[in-house]
Amino acid sequence: MTLEVEGLKVHYRTLKGDVRALDGVSFSLADGEIVGLAGESGCGKTTLGKSLIRLDGRMRHVAGTAVLDGEELPIGDDKAMNPRRWSAVSIIPQYSMSALNPTRRIGRMIAELLRSRGKSYRDHRDELVRRLELVGLEARVLDNYPIELSGGMKQRVVMVLSTLLDPSLLIADEVTSALDVTNQKAVAETLVRFRDMGFVKSMIVVTHDLSLVYQIADTIMVMYAGQIVEKAPAETIIKAPRHPYTRALIGALPEVGLEYGDERLQSIPGKPPHLLHPPTGCRFRARCPLAADECAAEPPIVAVEAGHEVSCWKAAD
Amino acid sequence: MLELRNVWKSYRVGTLGSKRLTAVRDVSIDIAPGEVLSVVGESGSGKTTIGKMVLQLTSVTRGSILLDGADVTARGHAARKAYYRRVQGVFQDPFSSYNPIFKADRIFEAVRESYFPAVKRAEWSARVDDVLQGVRLDPGSVLGKYPHQLSGGQLQRMLIARALLLDIQVLVADEIISMLDASTRIDVLNLLGELKERGLGVLFITHDLSLANYISERVVIMRHGAVVEAGATGKVFTDPRHPYSRNLLASVPQLHRKWSDSDAEPEALEPDGDRDVPPPPLTEVDEHHWVAGV
Ligand SMILES: Nc1ncnc2c1ncn2[C@@H]1O[C@H](COP(=O)(O)OP(=O)(O)OP(=O)(O)O)[C@@H](O)[C@H]1O
Ligand SMILES: Nc1ncnc2c1ncn2[C@@H]1O[C@H](COP(=O)(O)OP(=O)(O)OP(=O)(O)O)[C@@H](O)[C@H]1O
Ligand code: SF4
Ligand SMILES: [Mg+2]
Ligand SMILES: [Mg+2]
Repeated sequence: MTLEVEGLKVHYRTLKGDVRALDGVSFSLADGEIVGLAGESGCGKTTLGKSLIRLDGRMRHVAGTAVLDGEELPIGDDKAMNPRRWSAVSIIPQYSMSALNPTRRIGRMIAELLRSRGKSYRDHRDELVRRLELVGLEARVLDNYPIELSGGMKQRVVMVLSTLLDPSLLIADEVTSALDVTNQKAVAETLVRFRDMGFVKSMIVVTHDLSLVYQIADTIMVMYAGQIVEKAPAETIIKAPRHPYTRALIGALPEVGLEYGDERLQSIPGKPPHLLHPPTGCRFRARCPLAADECAAEPPIVAVEAGHEVSCWKAAD
Repeated sequence: MLELRNVWKSYRVGTLGSKRLTAVRDVSIDIAPGEVLSVVGESGSGKTTIGKMVLQLTSVTRGSILLDGADVTARGHAARKAYYRRVQGVFQDPFSSYNPIFKADRIFEAVRESYFPAVKRAEWSARVDDVLQGVRLDPGSVLGKYPHQLSGGQLQRMLIARALLLDIQVLVADEIISMLDASTRIDVLNLLGELKERGLGVLFITHDLSLANYISERVVIMRHGAVVEAGATGKVFTDPRHPYSRNLLASVPQLHRKWSDSDAEPEALEPDGDRDVPPPPLTEVDEHHWVAGV
């Protein structure tokens, strides 16, 4: 196991109270596994990623543990986490492409970053160039400023950079959302290649695009309102989902070939609950077509098959 | 109804506009009432520029844009205002169209002030309620709210409602759903479907081919500023003839097919050349199906 997360709770402190963005999340990641993390906007995907690398000032680690390669991560202890960042756990943050410093040439930026970690640019330059070439970029990009590169090129630079020190775990947060389909595919396939070549051991790919993550993930986890509601091999999530929310998400996806005239796509009625005061019992209850009286109590986690877990009262039906 | 005839657009770029960048090259398209025309293609291919020209937010370098046969290039304030009664646009980021310090429904009041100053308040509220119902929003839950209290989908639908207050004929929708998550997307998309059934013509700009296919009967695929393939959506998407269109379709992530199941390499494409020479002409390869350079 690369990563084992158990009962993780991370809240945002606000004037009105705690926003329970992660409210009891447990899962594990095997060596070499790519897991996709999907769910509607605001369900806590980015919060989960950040929790494993750096809590921002308003986040609070309330409960739970994360063990990486046999060692517990000191979540919440910023100083103790620092030596692990980038080298053991690395993240490609949401919107990272636009976060590249516009006043620095790419090479200079990477050199400064390495130096801040006590590493020498000279020692890493050959490997850096080799990996840039691997993703179809010439060494010349090191002399470019970020604005001189297209979105797809920038995203590839960010990917090479974040995996340069061969971390155990890479968290890729919405790395394809801003790209056109051709670049989306290239970037997603690069993630797989990095895993295959051993640049990273395991990966969490965060997205709200299920059809994209299905292409590259071994396992998919579906999140709803701060909790994981279903986890299964990618094929199973798409072909045989059990949780009513997963089914609804898949039902909302248009496929090439489907036309407005033939069949109307269904959106999921209603809105996710606010995480300031999440409802008791099943959080999907207000929107669930199968909701029944029992759903007023917290649903159990049911292993319907080996590797397929569902948090729903009706999972076994 | 709306027609672009051999439209070209060059931007001045570089210091003091010393260079030119030809962003749209010899594009001819048309939209009939009750029709959604999708424009798809890679980033930078000129899609937004076409939308901006239709909305007169940027000038046309060469060629003409006609609405019901009349050249639309406005020659003054009054003519432009009259044009905006018939043609409106909605853009990618709904948040940027609202001023965060004002309530979101101020956008409706602004329409009354500039277009219908004679309409009484009570009657105007009734009209606003009507268009909100039309975009499936509950007036009670969106009126009187600030932008940050509403979701992206709600804000986007309010912008469409504003356009409908003017009883428009053509809507330019530029990436209006790419910021929204799957479920909200479907609501906005189905709404466009209903509007087209009521006779609205929509120029639907997107890079999501599945959505284009779902909502439009005709599609235009662009690359390097020019049209490479166009025609009935069903034909173009099931039988793409241009290598760029084939690459594009092969890249779409789908649930019934994995990229890794096909070992076909992307086809080699012509590099970007001199953009000032006319692009290869379109040839009709089948009924309602045109391809460039065959
Ligand atoms: N700084 C903050 N203060 C208070 N609440 C926050 C803060 N950041 C995020 N939240 C809340 O925490 C929840 C989870 O947010 P998060 O960014 O993890 O969602 P997400 O699943 O990544 O969404 P998206 O798909 O939009 O990126 C949301 O309800 C959000 O409103
Ligand atoms: N105001 C401007 N001045 C100079 N160049 C511009 C301007 N607006 C767009 N361009 C250039 O024109 C070309 C076409 O841009 P456009 O925004 O129309 O593309 P697009 O197809 O909408 O791309 P995307 O999918 O990324 O939105 C690009 O090369 C762009 O850099
Ligand atoms: S526990 Fe009940 S409400 Fe929740 S998803 Fe299952 S059936 Fe629906
Ligand atoms: Mg996020
Ligand atoms: Mg655009």
